[in-house]
Amino acid sequence: MSSPSSTAAATIPAVGRIHLPALAVSSLVLVTTALAFVFFVAPNDQSLGFAQRIFYFHVSIAFTAYACFICGAWQALRHLWKRDPRADLASYVCVHQGLIFGTLVLITGSIWAKIAWGRWWIWSEDELVLFLVLYLFYGAYFMLRFSVDPGPQRANLSAVYALFGVVLIPVSFAAIRLAKAYFHPEVFTLHGPNFGGWILVTYCIAQVAMLVLAYTLYRLELGSKRLDVRLRRLREVLA
Amino acid sequence: MAAYPGRVLTARRLGKRYGEKRVLRGIDLGLPRGGFLVVTGPNGAGKTTLLRICAGLAQPTEGTIERGAARAQVGYLGHEPLVYRELTALENLELYGRLYRVPERRERIGMLLERFGLWEARHERVAAYSRGMTQRLALCRVLLHEPELLVLDEPYSALDEAGAELLDAQLAELCGERSLLVSTHDPARVQPFASGSLALST
Amino acid sequence: MTYIRDVGALARKDLLLELRARDTLPAMLLFVAAVFVVFHFAVPGTPSRLETTGLLWVAILFTALLGLGRAFVPEREQRTFDGLVLAPCDRSAIWLAKSIATLAFLVAAEVVALPLYALFFHPIGGATVLAVLLADLGICGVGTFLGAMAVVTRARDLLLPLLFLPLAMPIVVGAVGASVVASPGRYLLLLALYDLLFAVVCWASFEYVVAE
Repeated sequence: MSSPSSTAAATIPAVGRIHLPALAVSSLVLVTTALAFVFFVAPNDQSLGFAQRIFYFHVSIAFTAYACFICGAWQALRHLWKRDPRADLASYVCVHQGLIFGTLVLITGSIWAKIAWGRWWIWSEDELVLFLVLYLFYGAYFMLRFSVDPGPQRANLSAVYALFGVVLIPVSFAAIRLAKAYFHPEVFTLHGPNFGGWILVTYCIAQVAMLVLAYTLYRLELGSKRLDVRLRRLREVLA
Repeated sequence: MAAYPGRVLTARRLGKRYGEKRVLRGIDLGLPRGGFLVVTGPNGAGKTTLLRICAGLAQPTEGTIERGAARAQVGYLGHEPLVYRELTALENLELYGRLYRVPERRERIGMLLERFGLWEARHERVAAYSRGMTQRLALCRVLLHEPELLVLDEPYSALDEAGAELLDAQLAELCGERSLLVSTHDPARVQPFASGSLALST
Repeated sequence: MTYIRDVGALARKDLLLELRARDTLPAMLLFVAAVFVVFHFAVPGTPSRLETTGLLWVAILFTALLGLGRAFVPEREQRTFDGLVLAPCDRSAIWLAKSIATLAFLVAAEVVALPLYALFFHPIGGATVLAVLLADLGICGVGTFLGAMAVVTRARDLLLPLLFLPLAMPIVVGAVGASVVASPGRYLLLLALYDLLFAVVCWASFEYVVAE
């Protein structure tokens, strides 16, 4: 832990190597570009029309959420294994971002279902159901975290739970696929358009934009949380 | 691995924080093999926390602690007796005897129960014991595996006079043979055995 | 192997504690019977075999939760967790022993619950019984682990169902699937895979749950 005398002024301490303002600007640029591509460049879908474009965001956000959860588990592993003192907070912020993006997945997925089939929820869309389960799982992560006082024990419990989550993802997915066999076969299934040409380009831009946005938000939140911790330590030393 | 081979406990600038509350700060401690260190201080000074860290039940948030004794060689007596109330004295000691792989378990349990005056009550559930009897059973538990390092947190607190005398006799026997870290509100009682003392303040 | 002996000593302790206290198992039995009665009144019309099989698994899951909530109560209330953590045994032995003891109670409860279900609703086949056994392993392994986590928090009993139910989804799918489908092989395999995977994760990480 850094000694009080070496603390810089109230600037957000550097968390990664990329300069934060540059990151923020690039994510703004990328998201704007993505929006532009999604609305103007991508071709109209044959069956669903203009409104289908939400698909680009839905899939890219979903992938980003998975990436956040996996990162969270990776940081959790580093906390448990390498005893890295910074890993616990990083893991928490990853999971938090994952949950935020997960909320967006559920919302965009619901909108997409409404567009395609006129219903706000579809049980036959595997990935949507999986996100619902994960949402409940990581929601419980927060309940767990807020129910324990800050300290090594809270960090350990959170880390172990985050690892459980990552094991749950493939097992749940397999379970959801298998479950379809004993439900009434529903006519509603959603599938994305055939990838090719501008569709692929638009999707890639949206995906990169979402990932960069997630990383920016992660750096922002982590930086501010680290500053909180530092301020508290300082206050204590001065008290 | 102890920094000093002759020491069973070495703590440097030990600190412990629970959330926002700081309980210990800047503690330096050295317990040589065969030594008897008495820890004193008012309530809330952090004696229990310090002893828990020394026994290995808690991790410090600052500083370092090095133990020259493995987990199997440490005996801890805390505020709680750490015995199961729904089990009998015998069953409790059997469990710990098995977990600590005590050789000649039955004989040792019998010997300890007799020494602390619990032999007749050995088949009764601990829930039926008086506080003094429970504390004596806790002492049996601590001594069962003949630990190298004994960490006792206010061992006299729940004992009646007869029990306290038994403990005096036990401490006299252990003094010099094993290493002891004892916290107490009554330092005069353990003064004859002590080789050093540490006073904590809030 | 000393590990097995440690697990044996600890499991024996857990079973002894329950036999003396005599509260968890009777509670689970009464609970499962009451739940069946609730199902009867709660499901209008004549439910098919498919639907009542689902209800069986809901009953088993929540009855298990009832038992799991009690698993670490002696350790919590009497602070005896410290005693176990100080002992030189491998920490995962604590989890394994507690899971075995919980499994014993759950199976004991099911020995009554399954015939009761057959009496009230529909008879059960061999695949269902096999699914019950496999599912029990997963429920007890993961549930005991989460019970230990929940016990150190402020929310305690409130937290265990929240932690457990999302993780229990694959068990429900595997168990219900195996009970209703003509060829239950894939579902039993899912259950077995779940049990194995999470047993390994629980076994490897219990150490971090008890360390402070």
